[in-house]
Amino acid sequence: MSKYTEEELKKELETKEYEYGFYTDLESETFPVGLNEDIVRAISKKKDEPEWMTEWRLDAYRIWQGMTEPTWANVKYQKPDFQAISYYSAPKQVDPNKSIDDVDPELRAMYKKLGISLEEQKRMNNIAMDIVVDSVSVATTFKETLNEKGIIFCSISEAIKEHPELVQKYIGSVVPKTDNYYAALNSAVFSDGSFCYIPKGVRCPMELSTYFRINQAGTGQFERTLLIADEGSYVSYLEGCTAPSRDENQLHAAVVELIAMNDAEIKYSTVQNWFPGDKDGKGGVFNFVTKRAIAEKNAKVSWTQVETGSAVTWKYPSCILKGDNSVGEFYSIAVTNNYQQADTGTKMIHLGKNTKSTIISKGISAGKSQNSYRGLVQIGSRAENARNFSQCDSLLMGNECGAHTFPYIESKNSTAKLEHEATTSKIGEDQIFYCNQRGIPTETAIALIVNGFSREVLDKLPMEFAVEAKKLLEISLEGSVG
Amino acid sequence: MLQIKNLHASVEDKEILKGINLEVKAGEVHAIMGPNGAGKSTLSSVIAGNENFEVTQGEIILEGEDLADLAPEERAHKGIFLSFQYPVEIPGVSVTNFMKTAINETRKANGLEDMPANEMLKLIKEKAELLEIDRKFLSRSLNEGFSGGEKKRNEIFQMAMLNPKIAILDETDSGLDIDALRIVSNGVNKLKNENNAVIVITHYQRLLEYIVPDFVHVLHDGKIVKTGGKELALELEEKGYDWLK
Repeated sequence: MSKYTEEELKKELETKEYEYGFYTDLESETFPVGLNEDIVRAISKKKDEPEWMTEWRLDAYRIWQGMTEPTWANVKYQKPDFQAISYYSAPKQVDPNKSIDDVDPELRAMYKKLGISLEEQKRMNNIAMDIVVDSVSVATTFKETLNEKGIIFCSISEAIKEHPELVQKYIGSVVPKTDNYYAALNSAVFSDGSFCYIPKGVRCPMELSTYFRINQAGTGQFERTLLIADEGSYVSYLEGCTAPSRDENQLHAAVVELIAMNDAEIKYSTVQNWFPGDKDGKGGVFNFVTKRAIAEKNAKVSWTQVETGSAVTWKYPSCILKGDNSVGEFYSIAVTNNYQQADTGTKMIHLGKNTKSTIISKGISAGKSQNSYRGLVQIGSRAENARNFSQCDSLLMGNECGAHTFPYIESKNSTAKLEHEATTSKIGEDQIFYCNQRGIPTETAIALIVNGFSREVLDKLPMEFAVEAKKLLEISLEGSVG
Repeated sequence: MLQIKNLHASVEDKEILKGINLEVKAGEVHAIMGPNGAGKSTLSSVIAGNENFEVTQGEIILEGEDLADLAPEERAHKGIFLSFQYPVEIPGVSVTNFMKTAINETRKANGLEDMPANEMLKLIKEKAELLEIDRKFLSRSLNEGFSGGEKKRNEIFQMAMLNPKIAILDETDSGLDIDALRIVSNGVNKLKNENNAVIVITHYQRLLEYIVPDFVHVLHDGKIVKTGGKELALELEEKGYDWLK
């Protein structure tokens, strides 16, 4: 049994000072814009990578060059100029002349609603702050607990140096360099990310979180995550932050690879709240992410995501159910407001016998936004008795938004059992009036209705994440019904 | 307690209420009867502040205060309760969670702290017993998959929880079998006291055998055309409405 309870974790999250214990000064440097082989080499050199990694990146770059940007998603945007981007910049530096008063008041109001501490606000906006002395000891305790169990949890850059045998074996094994345009680009230029290895039979005693990661602030643009759960192990991993992240990098193309070996279980939860652009649809982050898991025999992988941010989201966390009896789950809430566009869903690839997958997708659209679910359930010829249940619910607010569902089913085995359910509903004036009549103001009524609609997914999130996610849903939809 | 003076209201420029006058004192039960389309449900919606209706003339005064500028939730905070003819469904929100939110929002509006959890549980238990509601029922999603009778019983349960000054029961008897009717009426009678008042809107005299009115008003074409005691309901049952037109 785990000694480290959620309550304790919550306490740690409340204090959060431990993060600063990891903070190291890095020189500030940004590469010239544009991408070519020299830039790829320079990135690799800058990070002091071994030759095999440099070659791997170069290979990815060459593949990327021969690819074209996909256009099949139900989103419209100005294509980024890939030669106008700088592909390496050192983690952002503290600006000694900047104070909390320089931060956009609108952003500060949102921090306040989310209950984010002043220290945390400063950190997110790269403002100098006092480093708390005993933060180091908290960090050390945390590391020790993991070390005792043989769990490796570090940045991917560190892993490339310290655990090359694991990285070399598994990187690109779930999402190959050739997979898609953004995955190829990420493979060539990834800045940093997380690496995690859980040894055989070990149950990770705490929720692993990117909160704990080193120099988190600098890893944004092309993040690379590799998580390996060895036979019979268990890990729950939390990614992202409910705090709104405003970033000058418009394009984000991350790759996440999960490997669940025989009898292993991985729970991967994400809350994404990148800057969605302003009320008129200006600015905002493009989020083009490739996330995929491979599940071996009797393994189980659960993706849970709450997506409220980004101007454009293109994201399909998927499971390859390779081993017999393996299980894949996808629970998603995607909220779009104003001019946001989301095209998100999952792919469940059933290869093994008796494989099972569940898809629960909740899309909430408000303002002038467009929200699409796109899912593929594929049953291979060897996948005897494969089963899938898919449920896609859409909730509309107002008359100017759109909800779309694109389910694809391909079955090559007649023993497969597939179920698909879809509903679309609208928050009705009659529902709002009913709540009002009971003394519940409209904003609270909307929050209540939205939370009710999302309940099945919210319930899948680890406790402290669920509380924050609920608050975030409310804030994202504020003012969307006039 | 509640005074309605020369109330005119319309929806999409069509006048539905054409000069209603009504005074309800604390401790009284008023029944409003009348044929379909007379404006009974409109009257209840307008008192509750439904913004789909436009009040073109007249006043609604609760304990000396004109309600004209108050939003529906503000009226609720002041003690107006409407038992809906067709209660809406809110998937994923349990009856308990809904009531907790409603009570705490009302308390907040009245400058009170949230109700402590143990007090809330006690209140829920007490009121659920009053309406013979199985506690399991309270963790179900609000009105989702409820039978007609369950929906109405749940409305009166909410009334019991919120303890309003003026309760308007809009066609609460429709969809109820005789046992449910008895339970619901019994609940209303127990909640009634000298500090509150009940307005019962109904088609039929049946409900009034259980919830006995002090006054019966007949609404026809947006006006109250006759007022009497409880015996008027029996007379209407016998003769219908045509003789009043």
